[in-house]
Amino acid sequence: MPWTREQMAARAAKELKDGFYVNLGIGIPTLVSNYIPPGMSVQLQSENGMLGTGPFPFEGEEDSDLINAGKQTVTELPTTSYFNSADSFAMIRGGHIDIAILGAMQGAENGDIANWMIPGKLVKGMGGAMDLVGGVKKVVVVMEHSAKGESKLMRRCRLPLTGAGVVDMVITDLGVFTLDKAGGGLTLIELAPDVTLDDIKSKTEANFKVANTLKQ
Amino acid sequence: MNKVYADARSALAGLLKDGMIIMAGGFGLCGIPEQLILAIRDAGVKNLTVVSNNAGVDGKGLGILLDSRQVKKMISSYVGENKTFVNQFLAGELEIEFNPQGTLAERIRAGGAGIPAFFTKTGFGTQIAEGKDVREFDGVRYVMERGIVADLSIIHAYMGDSEGNLVYRKTARNFNPPMATAGKVTVAEVEHLVKPGDINPDHIITPGIYVQRIVHVSNAIKHIEQRTVRKREKSPAAIGTGVQA
Repeated sequence: MPWTREQMAARAAKELKDGFYVNLGIGIPTLVSNYIPPGMSVQLQSENGMLGTGPFPFEGEEDSDLINAGKQTVTELPTTSYFNSADSFAMIRGGHIDIAILGAMQGAENGDIANWMIPGKLVKGMGGAMDLVGGVKKVVVVMEHSAKGESKLMRRCRLPLTGAGVVDMVITDLGVFTLDKAGGGLTLIELAPDVTLDDIKSKTEANFKVANTLKQ
Repeated sequence: MNKVYADARSALAGLLKDGMIIMAGGFGLCGIPEQLILAIRDAGVKNLTVVSNNAGVDGKGLGILLDSRQVKKMISSYVGENKTFVNQFLAGELEIEFNPQGTLAERIRAGGAGIPAFFTKTGFGTQIAEGKDVREFDGVRYVMERGIVADLSIIHAYMGDSEGNLVYRKTARNFNPPMATAGKVTVAEVEHLVKPGDINPDHIITPGIYVQRIVHVSNAIKHIEQRTVRKREKSPAAIGTGVQA
């Protein structure tokens, strides 16, 4: 059985380590915050200028001056700090954030990622995505394996890129791949329960190796 | 020298002209100088180039200046959900220059610091880098981006003194401090106006040197774009962005 969105988020949470500073994208990546193991200290960065992002407020306690990068109302924690947008992206672009977990429209075997525009459709902008994939120490993409019957994990992205050669790991509903950006390509390291190697091969456009430690 | 003006209209008097470049602070609708935006609408200046992370929403924030068709070009990172914006863009009436958010913030910071250009990894190998200088440093390729200076910066702060020293509140800080440095003239609206000495100098975020004019807006409009809450009985709350109730 392929993983659900929640299970994909739970799998992504296994990439977190105690003491990490983390940036989570919108969608499935946001769910990762629900799977941080108890006792593990992880600080979430919101690129609009907050480190140590807390949960949504109780009803009636929303503060218009306190939002995350998705413009949602959030709360403060004892560890919270605030800073301006230039400092926020110095943190991101300077390689101080340990991991970014984000969604994608397409990912490729060379580490390219596309998640900001579809030619011919209205473009809303890339926000902080290009800075995150270019600057953060480890980039983990969480996405459905296929869309409309087509593999989203490709030889080369066909959509305009968000970043070139930047992705370290891809988690889909079918399995987990690591990516060697130095030219070693994609390696399948895990399969979702009851997904076979043949299943995933038939549904993946990208070339990939299979780890000899593959977990099934 | 008096920096304090009675209202937003007088704080902008003599500063506005057609075709100028204006930087406007804020992220989404958080920390936006809405009283100053309303005063720009009332002044009627046209063909503006506006540098701001977002473009407001319909009828709010910079959406006000889109509704009144005073904006020729936006320099932004994300323009979200704004029907007026979409319609004007599709009709060819509005230009948009997308910048990665960090590149935008750094272009503003650089402009304020007298730095005409800088190199960043962000956007290398993407269409953002097309036509820009690329240089290799220590085996990594970087894209050259230009600093930006605006004719006018309009910003929002929580508290300011009559010297122009400013303090912000929570995530309403965002683009306001770098923009304060990058305007040839910077006008700040503040929710609380106090005397010099009332703010602990250790707590001042924007020193008054960057602020030429200041206006007290006791009626500051504050919007919430995405109201997200959790139920009280739900516990314990996960850290992070949380579960949507």
